[in-house]
Amino acid sequence: MPYIQNSDQDRAAMLARIGVRSVEDLFAAAIPEALRQRTLPAISPGLDEDELTRQAAEVGAENRAAGSGACFLGAGAYDHGWIAAVDHLMQRSEFLTAYTPYQPECSQGTLQWIYEFQSMIAEICGMEVANASMYDGCSAAAEAALMAIATTRRKKVVVSAGLHPDTREAIRTYLKHVDAVVVEAPLAGGVTNWSGAVDSATAAMFVQQPNFLGCVERLAPVAETAKAAGAMSVAVINPVATGLLRSPGAAGFDIAVGDGQPLGVPMGFGGPWFGFFATRMAHVRRMPGRLVGISQDQQGRRAFTLTFQTREQHIRREKATSNICTNNALIALRGCVHMAALGPKGLEEVACVSRQRMQETVEALAAAGVPLAFPQTPYFNEAAFRLGADADARALRKALRAEEIFGGIGVSRWYPDLAGVFTLACTERTRPDDIVRLARVAARFARQQAAR
Amino acid sequence: MNLAPVQMLNEESRPGRRCMRTRGADRRKAATGLPAEELRAAPPALPEIGELDLLRHFTRLSQKNFAISTNFYPLGSCTMKYNPVVHEATAARAEWAGLHPWQDAADVQGALRVMHDLARDLAELTGLPGVTLHPAAGAHGELSALMVLRAHYEARGESQRRTILIPDSAHGTNPASCTLAGFQVVTIHSDERGLCDPADLKAHLGPDTAGLMITNPNTLGLFEENIAEICRLVHAAGGKVYMDGANFNAIVGVARPADFGVDMMHLNLHKTMSTPHGGGGPGAGPICVTEELARWLPNPRVVKGKDGKYALEDCADSFGRLRGWHGNFLVLLRAWLYVKRLGAEGLRRVAENAVLNANYLRVQVAQHWRIAYDRVCMHEFVVRPTRGMKEQDVHTIDVAKRLIELGFHPPTVYFPLVVNEAIMIEPTETESKETLDGFAAAMAQIAREAEAGDPALHAAPRNTPVGRVDEARAVKEPRLCWQCGS
Repeated sequence: MPYIQNSDQDRAAMLARIGVRSVEDLFAAAIPEALRQRTLPAISPGLDEDELTRQAAEVGAENRAAGSGACFLGAGAYDHGWIAAVDHLMQRSEFLTAYTPYQPECSQGTLQWIYEFQSMIAEICGMEVANASMYDGCSAAAEAALMAIATTRRKKVVVSAGLHPDTREAIRTYLKHVDAVVVEAPLAGGVTNWSGAVDSATAAMFVQQPNFLGCVERLAPVAETAKAAGAMSVAVINPVATGLLRSPGAAGFDIAVGDGQPLGVPMGFGGPWFGFFATRMAHVRRMPGRLVGISQDQQGRRAFTLTFQTREQHIRREKATSNICTNNALIALRGCVHMAALGPKGLEEVACVSRQRMQETVEALAAAGVPLAFPQTPYFNEAAFRLGADADARALRKALRAEEIFGGIGVSRWYPDLAGVFTLACTERTRPDDIVRLARVAARFARQQAAR
Repeated sequence: MNLAPVQMLNEESRPGRRCMRTRGADRRKAATGLPAEELRAAPPALPEIGELDLLRHFTRLSQKNFAISTNFYPLGSCTMKYNPVVHEATAARAEWAGLHPWQDAADVQGALRVMHDLARDLAELTGLPGVTLHPAAGAHGELSALMVLRAHYEARGESQRRTILIPDSAHGTNPASCTLAGFQVVTIHSDERGLCDPADLKAHLGPDTAGLMITNPNTLGLFEENIAEICRLVHAAGGKVYMDGANFNAIVGVARPADFGVDMMHLNLHKTMSTPHGGGGPGAGPICVTEELARWLPNPRVVKGKDGKYALEDCADSFGRLRGWHGNFLVLLRAWLYVKRLGAEGLRRVAENAVLNANYLRVQVAQHWRIAYDRVCMHEFVVRPTRGMKEQDVHTIDVAKRLIELGFHPPTVYFPLVVNEAIMIEPTETESKETLDGFAAAMAQIAREAEAGDPALHAAPRNTPVGRVDEARAVKEPRLCWQCGS
């Protein structure tokens, strides 16, 4: 049998040692007869490894991965590059096949990289402390809402309509049963209009930078408004953008969260990625998730260890700050190695080139007759464009796809007043040639549309 | 293990060094058009390090870990079994890793087929037809199921059902998830056989009962023999039964939770289906529910059309979503590969050999240790130090640390809470007889040392990169990142 090492001979010796005749006897002693399954489950027979890899290749061939073509899709998942060394280190089996580092003496490797991860996440967020990772950006944002409610003892959370729709839905879902309300601040000209949204009952304000339409929000006024109202300010950020844009910490925010996917994590059809969560030291005891700290052993040697565990479910049970246990550690390791591989200069370069490619795309599309939806609003590596109607946006997406170009996410299903608006995103992997091809298709399309 | 200290990245950092480069960056051009107050003066102060030193840094760190690939890792309830290497090679391929979550359905038919097949197979194994692959881990699955339960009772006008009963041997995530879903927790005591006590359960059932969360096999490694009666009692009170499937690997292919009367459960794919634990994740915690409860499951779902094509669909009744996108897809893919490779018979052999290995180890360890509830166990069992050991001031923590010294990752310790000084041992089905014999010999040796009051036990471990860590200091003088003065 696959992966089971003991032979029939071994098993016979083991059964004899236990003092039973068969494994059947063990189950019979433990599970009432009526509850046992008499027949094998209706699952196809097993395969050998070669058959398995062939079958996987056949099913895989039913996919056409955007990452293998020209990917202008964004809206939360970005086709950034990574280096082979990162992949290689991720596959170190000592990282891959360990678990939560509860025993520090034989887990210093995992503990140290988590500490380094926490440090680098805190650095890019401009914050004082970061945890060991969350499931993803959506659940991290939802946990931030819970933390703000617990901290302020208020029950209203104001979220910008510029947050990713999945993030808004996750926040609403997590807050469903804690007696809180979620209010949305609408968009105007692509950015959040906060007027009248915040009052003395507000626990937190959530803004996404850049927002779901690619627009760059003004951060400092959000932090100031929140502070004046006694609320917490939360920024949901794209970590790559911090190579060029101001950090939430510098803008005065209390909490920064986000998806680590742009930090060299394969898009992987949406997961697993990792979420990050950073805040001020003053709030550390209300933070969700694991934390690693530095202490020392009996000989005074530097030693890493899990700490502040009294916040967590395995100690506090129903009084824990969160129910999270298993997180997305291995993917956080990928983010950790990737950040170290980039360094300050590398992160800035990725941010700049991604933004430059978007600038070139905007110019090329304008020339082709497809304008920005919000020409007055700055963007980073993603922008919203406007065509006549939703059908036009869909038709353009299809026309692009015929040229192996993936892109054009219509946004009207979330923003009914933005009919015909779609987004495109660039990364440092976007080739100038692909922008030319994109513009050529768009021009043909715009001409046809004009001729109708 | 690598005993030499490894400097931290910030200590290794030297100005001007770097690893990744991207050609064509022009900061001035990139900054044009962006508001000055949203720009930063200098990029974040990440470490500066070359590619070779980066590789060496993390390789050396990896050598400071015990892992399944290096040492026996009998961490109870965590199912630290062999993670097939072939899964890693397959999941890394571009046709999976390069899929954008917002591609057209026509371009992701293979991925949707994988999700559809896996959901179907999980339904078959549990007997529960409504499956969602959305949750990112076990605790996330628990929360999803509790959200389903809330939606169910609200739709029936039974919002007063707000109490969840939980046996005292349960994982901490169970009560923590209840709080998040707005339920009150009432603890049910275990009986003298280590099982959920139907009498105590009965005494706590009432019109406010939303349900019972029960782990089966439980955290003592025992099958809840009265599970059918327990389910009947909860149903008679109008409640539902949630089964924590953390230990499903003990009964996969042998018994179906739906046949017990269970209404909903989660599966930890990183346990039963052997996806890597990755130093603490990622996992995947699909939940399986009865037909009646399926409409409330999180969105989206994978459906197969009459034309044989797969699509993602939202259901209007869904309680919502607890994460982005469609689940931890690359974890789901590994689980799909595992099910395909093993097939029906192979999956049943997983349970059989897990139970055989655990019982074989139990009878050997029982010679020197007190077994909590000593009888045939499932995939794991719990032991504790003898009175003689305690008289020598030897505690579970000393046993754990001495095991490290002898080359074994310790079992889960001080859990479940119902056993004082618990040592919870799960060998898994993939370990060989010799490895189990070696561990049993180490436990026998430690027992002798403990009874004799050998000081080695309090000094252990002495052959690791660090010895016992001062955990109190880490809280008193928090140093959580290198910026805060390391």
